[in-house]
Amino acid sequence: MLAVDELAVRFGGVTALERVSFQVRPGSITSVIGPNGAGKTTAFNAITGYLRPTGGRVTYDGTSLTGLRPSAIARRGVVRTFQKTSVFPVLTVVDNVLTGLHLRGTAGFFAVLAGRRRLVAEERSLAAEASAIVDFVGLTHRRFEAAGALPYGEQRLVELAVALAARPRVLLLDEPGAGMTGSERIVVSGLIRRIREQGVTVLLVEHDMRMVMGISDTVIVLSGGRVIAEGAPAAIQAHPEVIRAYLGASAGSA
Amino acid sequence: MIRAGGWLLAVAALTLPFWLQSPYHVHVAIMAGIFGVLAMSLNLLLGYTGQLSLGHAAFFGIGAYASALLTLKLEWSFWPALAVAVALAGIAGFFIGRLALKLRGAYFVLVTISFAGVISLISVNWIELTNGPLGLPGVPAPELGPWSLRTKTAYYYLVLAAVALSYLVCRRLVRSRIGRALVALRENEALAESIGVDVTHYLVLAAVVSAAMAGLGGSLYAHYTRFVSPEVFLFTYTVTMVIMVVAGGKGTLAGPLVGAVLFTALPEALRAAASWQWQMLAYGVVLVLLVFLLPRGIVPRLGETLAGRHSAAAVAPAARH
Amino acid sequence: MAELLQHLLNGLVLGGTYALLGIGLTLIFGLMNVVNFAHGEFYTLGAYVCFAALALAGADFFVALVAAIVVGAALGWLCEVTLLRPLRNESIDTTMLVMIGLWIAMQNAELLGWGGVAKSIPHPFPTAPLVLGPVAIAPLRLFVLALAAALIVASWLLIQKTKLGRAMRATFQDRDTAALMGVGISRIHAATFAFGSGLAAAAGALLGPIFLVYPSMGDLASLKAFSVVILGGLGNLPGATLGGLLLGVAEELGAGYISSGYRDAVGFVIIILVLLFRPSGLFARQERIA
Repeated sequence: MLAVDELAVRFGGVTALERVSFQVRPGSITSVIGPNGAGKTTAFNAITGYLRPTGGRVTYDGTSLTGLRPSAIARRGVVRTFQKTSVFPVLTVVDNVLTGLHLRGTAGFFAVLAGRRRLVAEERSLAAEASAIVDFVGLTHRRFEAAGALPYGEQRLVELAVALAARPRVLLLDEPGAGMTGSERIVVSGLIRRIREQGVTVLLVEHDMRMVMGISDTVIVLSGGRVIAEGAPAAIQAHPEVIRAYLGASAGSA
Repeated sequence: MIRAGGWLLAVAALTLPFWLQSPYHVHVAIMAGIFGVLAMSLNLLLGYTGQLSLGHAAFFGIGAYASALLTLKLEWSFWPALAVAVALAGIAGFFIGRLALKLRGAYFVLVTISFAGVISLISVNWIELTNGPLGLPGVPAPELGPWSLRTKTAYYYLVLAAVALSYLVCRRLVRSRIGRALVALRENEALAESIGVDVTHYLVLAAVVSAAMAGLGGSLYAHYTRFVSPEVFLFTYTVTMVIMVVAGGKGTLAGPLVGAVLFTALPEALRAAASWQWQMLAYGVVLVLLVFLLPRGIVPRLGETLAGRHSAAAVAPAARH
Repeated sequence: MAELLQHLLNGLVLGGTYALLGIGLTLIFGLMNVVNFAHGEFYTLGAYVCFAALALAGADFFVALVAAIVVGAALGWLCEVTLLRPLRNESIDTTMLVMIGLWIAMQNAELLGWGGVAKSIPHPFPTAPLVLGPVAIAPLRLFVLALAAALIVASWLLIQKTKLGRAMRATFQDRDTAALMGVGISRIHAATFAFGSGLAAAAGALLGPIFLVYPSMGDLASLKAFSVVILGGLGNLPGATLGGLLLGVAEELGAGYISSGYRDAVGFVIIILVLLFRPSGLFARQERIA
């Protein structure tokens, strides 16, 4: 279980996150929502090691993640995607995913130099896994194309595939529906549900309310760097504080 | 088709001394080989991790001096001296690799230049060790059992073996999970981290292997020219390596070799026509033109033309088999 | 004590010219984000122009200095327009390679044009040093120090007080807003590069008569300029000024008290240490410009 405890992030005079605490139930789909500037991506960055929190702790299944590098956190099973599309643009879709399977491989420096036979077998099985993941996200018809050349929506699917390749136990999705058309969002929602069915816990930041309310088990609301509400989607929609936070926010959101 | 071409090339390389007309041509082949090793080493850093090291001459020089000093002053035999030279260069690479962790891009370039500058100044000033600007003459030729590899032909085969070994190491690294991790670091470091690629580990690995390989080149150079002086740290060597990699095609396996052959053979061919200053001037112009006209280098462009379509990636991934 | 003061004074003379190099580069590297490895070549160019003016044309020192600045700035403008403008949206690595190419080409052109033998620039000043209390200084060096100081002040004034300077600061703080406000972005880039190159040429013209002039003198000058920029913080004019003076003094003290063979190492060591421990520079402040 991923637990965030009194997480605080301050830069210069600005407090981006203050005393943020919540727990993500294993196997659930939890969404983090809030007006722009509420600190959602900051929270993701702090949880996954891209930002060092100024206070508080993040733990997963009891082990502390606070202060670890992102690669170490990924190794413990917590993987994130990025708000701005993040793929390996010059690589093909299937090579993107193959690269994502880094943690699944075991080839170390000396084994690679020696050209051990078991590595050939490992490469073959990784290639098969990569193909399977590409099929899962529905990009089979694009697998040999350069990721950078794909249309936006498909690039985000590549991103998702790469994250899945890292075999996360907790998957943090930063605005998976951003910039997508309605039908693309339905596809993504379906994928998220299927990911959850495979036992992966999903934590997502999202602005599209229909998407959030449609797939989430729990919704956490951040505003001004604090948690102001947490509960089932229906309860959150009716929550007075939440409504006030959205209406009172200077920059509008979805 | 490519495989057949590869075998043909191998046979040609193995029999080269027999159909070259003079020892001078063999000399050119030897220098092309040494620079091939150097270019491949720079390519590991520049082409695969995307970090430009303009101090690569430092590793070359460390390898040359270490090998020369051990055989001259401590009277070691060539092979252990070579091993130590490669190891020392690798250790220097370890420190540069750790430096790179904090710095990227232009700052990394500046630090590598500064490192090379300091090492160069040491080689000039620490006269008790290096004999200063006068250099170390009389570096012994390598021996293989009872034979002394003194002739150009014999040395050619030594260099050819080194080139083959370096190529093999690069190829195995690049076409593996390690190669994918390096490319991931180059293309999108934040994403690479998020999928578990340990940046420290792979940058340092690339730097160590790259430096060690350059040290190998240095040792080969020292025992061929039989003389080492602070001139090995001349920026011209680094520049030549950079041009070879960039022109040949950074991030490809064949690129550096093509670049090495081209930029060793061409200057020699033009030697009668123009002095080395004109060559260096041409290098400068060529580099600028390359950036504008052929940014990915010769090998990828050739690859595109031969394949008849635009390829998606300049990298050699493992997946498509 | 007198010896220390002497070293300090010598260091200031050197440092003044390093400051000029640094100010030029901090604008180019710090603001335009161009890794200008050819910066030292403009320095060399300035020295050769000074040589041509003084030794060949028999001109006056001021004329030589002005000529150097003009030639440096003009060539800088040309380079920016032909080489950098088309690559403006490329990565920093690409422009870096182009500048390396320019570096090699310029240096070898100079080698071909002037030959590799170092030249000495004749100057009109008496050689007997002026004695000022405990220290002595050659009139030439005093003159160089004064001119360097004047140029530094002029640069500060240009950046802070003139319309061009304001436009430069605006462009580099927020390019899009500046463009909307009618600032000609391309012109500002070209002007900045020209300005930086002109200052480098001035540094070369000033130091040329003190030392010898030879084609590869720019290599160390480039690196020392980077060292000053890193020390002072990118885009930071006062930082570059102070950094330049510091470098000059550190080199003189090092050469005097430790070893003269390693004097050039000071710049290298500064680069390595500062980047490792205080990458934003010793004098870094909040805003990036002046």
